[in-house]
Amino acid sequence: MKAPPPIVSGIFAVFALSFMVLAMAPAIQLGSLQPTVNEDTGDIYPIDVSGVQAQGRMVYVSQGCVACHTEQVRGAGDGSDIARGWGQRRTVARDYIYEAPMLLGYMRFGPDLSNIGTRKDADNPDKYTAAWHYMHLYNPQATSPGTNMPSYKFLFEKRKIAGEMDLDALKLTGKDAPPAGYQIVPGAEARQLVAYLTGLDHSHPLAEAGPNIVPPKADAAGGSGK
Amino acid sequence: MPDSTLTTPGSTAAPAELTAAEIEWIDRSLIDESVRMPVMFFFTTAQTWLLAATVIGFVCSMKLHSPEFLGNWSFLTYGRLWPAYTNILVYGWGLPAGIGTAIWMTARLCRVVLRAPWIPIISGIFWNIGVTVGVIAVLAGNMQPYELLEFPRQASVLLFIAYALIGAWGVVMFRKRRPGHVYISLWYFVGAFFWFPWLYASANLMVGSEHIHGVVHAAIAAWYAQGLLGYFFASVGMGAIYYLIPKVIGKPIVSYNLALLGFWSFELFWGLTGMVRLTGGPLPVWYSSLSIAALILLLIPVGTVGVNILMTMKDDTHMVYHSPAIRFTMYGTVAWLVGMVITILGSVREMDPETHFTQFSTGTFHLLVYAFFTMTMFGAMYYIVPRLVGCEWLSATFIRLHFWGAGYGMGLIILLMIIAGVAQGWYWNNPAQLPPDVKYFGPVEVLTEIMPYLRGESIGWIPLGIAQVLFFIHFIAMLLRLGQPSGEPTLFAPMTEGEQGH
Repeated sequence: MKAPPPIVSGIFAVFALSFMVLAMAPAIQLGSLQPTVNEDTGDIYPIDVSGVQAQGRMVYVSQGCVACHTEQVRGAGDGSDIARGWGQRRTVARDYIYEAPMLLGYMRFGPDLSNIGTRKDADNPDKYTAAWHYMHLYNPQATSPGTNMPSYKFLFEKRKIAGEMDLDALKLTGKDAPPAGYQIVPGAEARQLVAYLTGLDHSHPLAEAGPNIVPPKADAAGGSGK
Repeated sequence: MPDSTLTTPGSTAAPAELTAAEIEWIDRSLIDESVRMPVMFFFTTAQTWLLAATVIGFVCSMKLHSPEFLGNWSFLTYGRLWPAYTNILVYGWGLPAGIGTAIWMTARLCRVVLRAPWIPIISGIFWNIGVTVGVIAVLAGNMQPYELLEFPRQASVLLFIAYALIGAWGVVMFRKRRPGHVYISLWYFVGAFFWFPWLYASANLMVGSEHIHGVVHAAIAAWYAQGLLGYFFASVGMGAIYYLIPKVIGKPIVSYNLALLGFWSFELFWGLTGMVRLTGGPLPVWYSSLSIAALILLLIPVGTVGVNILMTMKDDTHMVYHSPAIRFTMYGTVAWLVGMVITILGSVREMDPETHFTQFSTGTFHLLVYAFFTMTMFGAMYYIVPRLVGCEWLSATFIRLHFWGAGYGMGLIILLMIIAGVAQGWYWNNPAQLPPDVKYFGPVEVLTEIMPYLRGESIGWIPLGIAQVLFFIHFIAMLLRLGQPSGEPTLFAPMTEGEQGH
């Protein structure tokens, strides 16, 4: 052996320590968390998303939504996430046990989406409905003027109206309106994505996350978008 | 000229008429000859990817304030373009540039010729196919939602095989080194050769495993992204700085023990800092507490490296005005020190809510990968390429423009990112209206506040882009042997008699 032991063994030891503490320890400590079951009501949380919502998750991944949106609510001591109404409690490891891949996110150009499915705006009851999401994806400037969210027009189709209008057809006016006899309808991916978004809900109480906190004013938050 | 009996640098049967200096010269020529093809291959592909990264980075920056810019195509949507940019910067440019530098310096420091140079070349080809496949997959939406792990399996397997071969070749060179002192740079390079394949393989396997779900993915992704910055970028960058500065100014580093302390403390503590990326996140709090503590302990290597390099340079600061290699390398050193201090300050509990999830982290990423690593690699290329192609850089003006364009452009972008990030965090977290009627800034209001910075960043990309194009042209000219005849290196300003004293 020509190599002096300190280099090779030291380099190996440093890496092994890092791997054990930051990669193996979470896998051992948190890798086999189970959902909570309420014995009295039979209530189980969390439940894995399925069907069209699971497809919508993959659309969320493939459009790179994580580049601007997170799906995690930090505790009351870490920023204003709860105070501004992004959630009633912090999100904890158990919330994510079925998530693979994981959509925690790393950047907030836009709001957190952990509870976008339950979010309400007292001033505007139409906000956060499926129809609002379709319009928001098609033309973000129409719902949130001044935003830098890109348009996802490529997830929509221009279709000839055959008989009745599609229920989800966008209500467009002015220069955005399609030619007479046509309608703009969400494509399969847009429908999946909106099904996923409107189902996003991490508000179920969990013992380890502490009591749910309701901000004093329900509309204090969420971002009015104005 | 080399005698025909001198086939290996280890040969001791040198004819008596050769002086020691001549033997050393022949040694070096043989080493350079053996690594020329792989190193130049890595440098050329890296340069090409860097141009792509510059274009895509500029487009991403434009999209942040003008979302309709190139907005009609799914493959150019920001959510895909941004990971394409970071991955090209890291895997297209960063790793190959670092690998090329590490191979050359390792060969020189071990004083061995590179055996079978076609193996690193084949690996380099595989590597670049892997990056191409990965980038196309990301643009097509086939990606994983983890920073710097976006490439799908098809691409990551190629990258792993390629790097494992290169890493093995690097370690073989080290094992075959001529006996003697093991210089500090070698420790960093051997570490980088060894660490990256392990890191990359374990992260990809664990993230891709069916048995692992949920927050464990987030932990591994954080561990990986942080590990990559330290175990590859910081290590190769530091190794290159420790090589270039003493070499060019012709003096040994001030304290070798301090350098070793810096090496071990950096690698040990850095390896534990990954969870600062998840502070406030869904993991038990001890992970991020541990990582923050480790990050604060990094002040030890920051101090030792800073003192060591700056003290070594103390009497030779004039070299910054003469030598391109030194000027770029010193920019990198200062960026490293500043970047580490800012990273530490931004990660402590009190500051984290203001910096997390904002452009602040984009800014520190660019400080480490661009201002520190990339500028250091430019310095290394200015030093290495003339020795490999046999001619000197064509024009000092080109080098000067490259330095100022890249230095100011990236400096401006990073400065604006850091300020915008803190502003972004502040507006997210602080009420616009105080109690009793508490109201927070909405997403668009936060955005409006940082809009001037986002616009400014796009302006910063212009000098940076021009500088990059100039360097690329200059580099191609060197490839075509269009440089000045060998002999005197191309300097910014000629050295006076007094300054050449060393």
